[in-house]
Amino acid sequence: MSSTDTPGLPRFDVEPGALRHLAEAQMNVELDTGDMILNLGPQHPATHGTLRLVVRLDGERVIAADPVVGYMHRGYEKLTEFRTYPQITTLVNRIDWLSSFANEVPFVHAAELLMGVEAPPRARWIRTILTELSRIATFYLFLGEMGLQVGALTPAFWGFRDREHVLNLIEAATGGRFHPNFNRIGGLKDDLPRGWAAETRRAMQAILDGCDDFESILVGNEIFEARTRGIGIIPSDVGASYGVSGSNLRASGVDWDLRRDGRPYLAYPEIEFAVCTHTDGDAFARYWVRLQETRESARMVLRLLDGLPAGPIMAKVPRVIKVPEGEAWVETENPLGQMGYYVVSKGATGPFRVKIRSASFSNVSILPWLLRGAYVPDVVAILASLYFILGDIDR
Amino acid sequence: MSALHLAVDVGWGWTLALKTVVVLAVVPLAALVLGYTFLLKMMSHMQSRLGPMDPGGFHGWFQLVGDGIKFLQKEDVMPLHADRRVFAIAPAVVVVSTFLVFVVIPTGPKLVVESLDVGVFYALAVSSLSVVGVLMAGWASANKFALLGALRAAAQLIAYELPLLLAVVGVVVQAGTMNLQGIVHAQQDGAIFGWGGIGFPFVLTQFIGLGLFLVASQAELTQTPFDMPVAESELVAGYMVEYTGFRFLFFFIAEFGTAFAFAALAATLFLGGWAVPWVHGTAADVLGVPVLFAKLMLVAFVMFWVRFTYPRLREDQLQALAWKVLIPIGLANVVVTGIFKVAF
Amino acid sequence: MADDEQQVGGETAEPLDPVVETLLERLYEELGDAVIDRAQMFGTPIVRVRAEAWRRAAEVAKTALACDYLSYVSGIDWQPAPREGAAAGADTSSPVQPTDMTFGLAGSAGRFQLVAHVQSTTRHWGITMKTDVDEAQPRALSWVPVYPGAEWHERECWEMFGITFDGHPALRHLYLPSEFEGHPLRKDFPLLARVVKPWPGLVDVESMPGDAGGDASDGESEA
Repeated sequence: MSSTDTPGLPRFDVEPGALRHLAEAQMNVELDTGDMILNLGPQHPATHGTLRLVVRLDGERVIAADPVVGYMHRGYEKLTEFRTYPQITTLVNRIDWLSSFANEVPFVHAAELLMGVEAPPRARWIRTILTELSRIATFYLFLGEMGLQVGALTPAFWGFRDREHVLNLIEAATGGRFHPNFNRIGGLKDDLPRGWAAETRRAMQAILDGCDDFESILVGNEIFEARTRGIGIIPSDVGASYGVSGSNLRASGVDWDLRRDGRPYLAYPEIEFAVCTHTDGDAFARYWVRLQETRESARMVLRLLDGLPAGPIMAKVPRVIKVPEGEAWVETENPLGQMGYYVVSKGATGPFRVKIRSASFSNVSILPWLLRGAYVPDVVAILASLYFILGDIDR
Repeated sequence: MSALHLAVDVGWGWTLALKTVVVLAVVPLAALVLGYTFLLKMMSHMQSRLGPMDPGGFHGWFQLVGDGIKFLQKEDVMPLHADRRVFAIAPAVVVVSTFLVFVVIPTGPKLVVESLDVGVFYALAVSSLSVVGVLMAGWASANKFALLGALRAAAQLIAYELPLLLAVVGVVVQAGTMNLQGIVHAQQDGAIFGWGGIGFPFVLTQFIGLGLFLVASQAELTQTPFDMPVAESELVAGYMVEYTGFRFLFFFIAEFGTAFAFAALAATLFLGGWAVPWVHGTAADVLGVPVLFAKLMLVAFVMFWVRFTYPRLREDQLQALAWKVLIPIGLANVVVTGIFKVAF
Repeated sequence: MADDEQQVGGETAEPLDPVVETLLERLYEELGDAVIDRAQMFGTPIVRVRAEAWRRAAEVAKTALACDYLSYVSGIDWQPAPREGAAAGADTSSPVQPTDMTFGLAGSAGRFQLVAHVQSTTRHWGITMKTDVDEAQPRALSWVPVYPGAEWHERECWEMFGITFDGHPALRHLYLPSEFEGHPLRKDFPLLARVVKPWPGLVDVESMPGDAGGDASDGESEA
């Protein structure tokens, strides 16, 4: 299995602990006396959906963990081969359903690259605003619900309450709270309604105040810190080799944000924003990074509203969209991490093959390695801090 | 013996019957009041929502009564592999220990079911019976999550008995008696540096004791931040997970009844109980109940407020808090109280 | 290394991006003739390596190219989906793909290919790599010793395409139940929903309640 088997190849140093998980993640082994196999899920409040986590416990300590996914597998990659490009935006909304708008963006961008079409500036800016709003919606829920997973009941309600502001905004602009299906190849379906900008400014102020509330109730709280500091530490190199991305990787100290560092997309090159990192890589760091990113997103929306250009919101595209032959890979910084679409087109009205690279898939694949030696309550805190969405894992 | 003198002498049989009825009626009522006020309304308002508003018309006061009726008419479901007899008895054990605590709580100079000379000792001893019930429930449920919850509960409830006891010992040393009526009288008749205006509520000197008592009773009630045995987001009701219907109702009554009892104990031991310093005799009997009720609602308010605010401690952190922090503080408190008692 | 003939997705050929050029240079240094072909895909280099050098390509990417981050490992089936016969059913509304088997950027030797993308968290560049997989005996070298995160990606590849990975610790189903037969993402595995009942078409109009023909059950049999 290791590269030292074959002579002549460079010796590759893999940290010994990094491979141990592969042996321990197998669950079809003889049961030692004293160990207990516990099924967390697929129905369980801590698993955020239908994730089944089979853990082998020694008392309350996890010896081995094996996530079983696929309860929500809908076969998206197969489905995309039978649909036209505009139909696929409907499908793709439902991968990460908390930030639906952000899922459509990379796909539509890939199609536009292949067609050589560029969305007009106003469309790009509105797409950016809606993407940041969906980021706020996702993260705000996280801020409350991570408190819930470690036992604080109240922040969860605040999370849902203030998130309504953002969902109302998205509904006002796109017609749908959760699944807007608003992107079109070449731009957007509609322009923003009148008064939306003023309403958004008010909502962003409420979000910023809400973030202060979360900080006061959770961040300085000794119990919350005792439950999250030092728990589930992901070293940056291990995280990167597993494909962990987004706030999870930034919490481990990796200063990488595709909005700033990747191929320029949407309106991000034209505005200023800060990227937050934390050095600890534990559950607390992930919470803290997302808290700061929520604030930064709210400020970004305010800046975007200030600089929103006038103009058309749809480029000239034919009525029946036929994308020329070619391949494109577009990746974006989605709330859950790096999301990418590898689109292979053969000149038809629909793609030939779409590979959907979803963030939570890789974020969850590190669990067998991460959960060894953790206590059962820590498992819950770690699952909460990684913040995955089942639709994103299972596609 | 009981100091209860009724206007008409009815003999010990009727007295016993009356006392039994009183205890049996008060406990569910107490659970109801506490549950409604704090769980349904206070928690809701703190979480920016209203709570039940429709049942009964006025702010949903009938909700819990309706819940009780609903539970009573539910199907009796038992897991296939559960130990049937133990499964059935466990809630009864827990709820009986609640009833027994109410026996010693005084609500007036003559209004107490039984004024035992070892009142405090009896109350604490009897409230620990619930640990057995919890273990029985967790084991008999044939469910790994219930088992985890029960084992956590056993460790936690036993660990926090000690700080509870040490907090109370300070009061006992200061009052000179374990009889709860005696403790109330000591507070009512006491004086602060000669001024008898408000008596001498023990909270003034035993504030550490009150803090310990509140923390330890929070743990005894398995309320956040000590609700690991019932951790909603991990074990989904822990040892109670397989219980439905009226068996769950027993657990619910036990939980809130015990909360009421502990709040009443805290009010009695530290805040003066039913006593208002300048009121004696029959007027104290009449005034005793509302006064005690007001004091214990204050204590319960604090307990539930903490419940809805803080996250929960992990089991080992919880144990470390009890053994390494609370017990040493409790011991120090007892020693200091003893020194002051002897010296002054 | 000739950098005149490149395939670019979509538009006319454009000169190589300087970053792409750097990456390709380093890659050719380490792998030499293990690289069969290369192209540029909108600023990302895309190379096709020999099957036996697949794992070594990963190691080179991780060490020489500083690509410590694994994005994905997946497969492509270049065979056009059959439209006649039982496998296609009566599906008339799906997009019509060309019936001849053509390959994409950096070419292909046959029907199956593995495609993977790795990136660098420090240098902020990435490279897509492809390799051919034999159709008769679909096997490939596993990337797990290099990128532990490839474990799940390769499990998904195996269950969706049927490609076995040498060196993978435990190839078992990821999404599908363990008794599942077949490899769904292969083009000859039909989309059963479209086989069972033809899709009504791209545009389906639901009549308003009360309109003529509106209240009878649409289409097929009356119960």
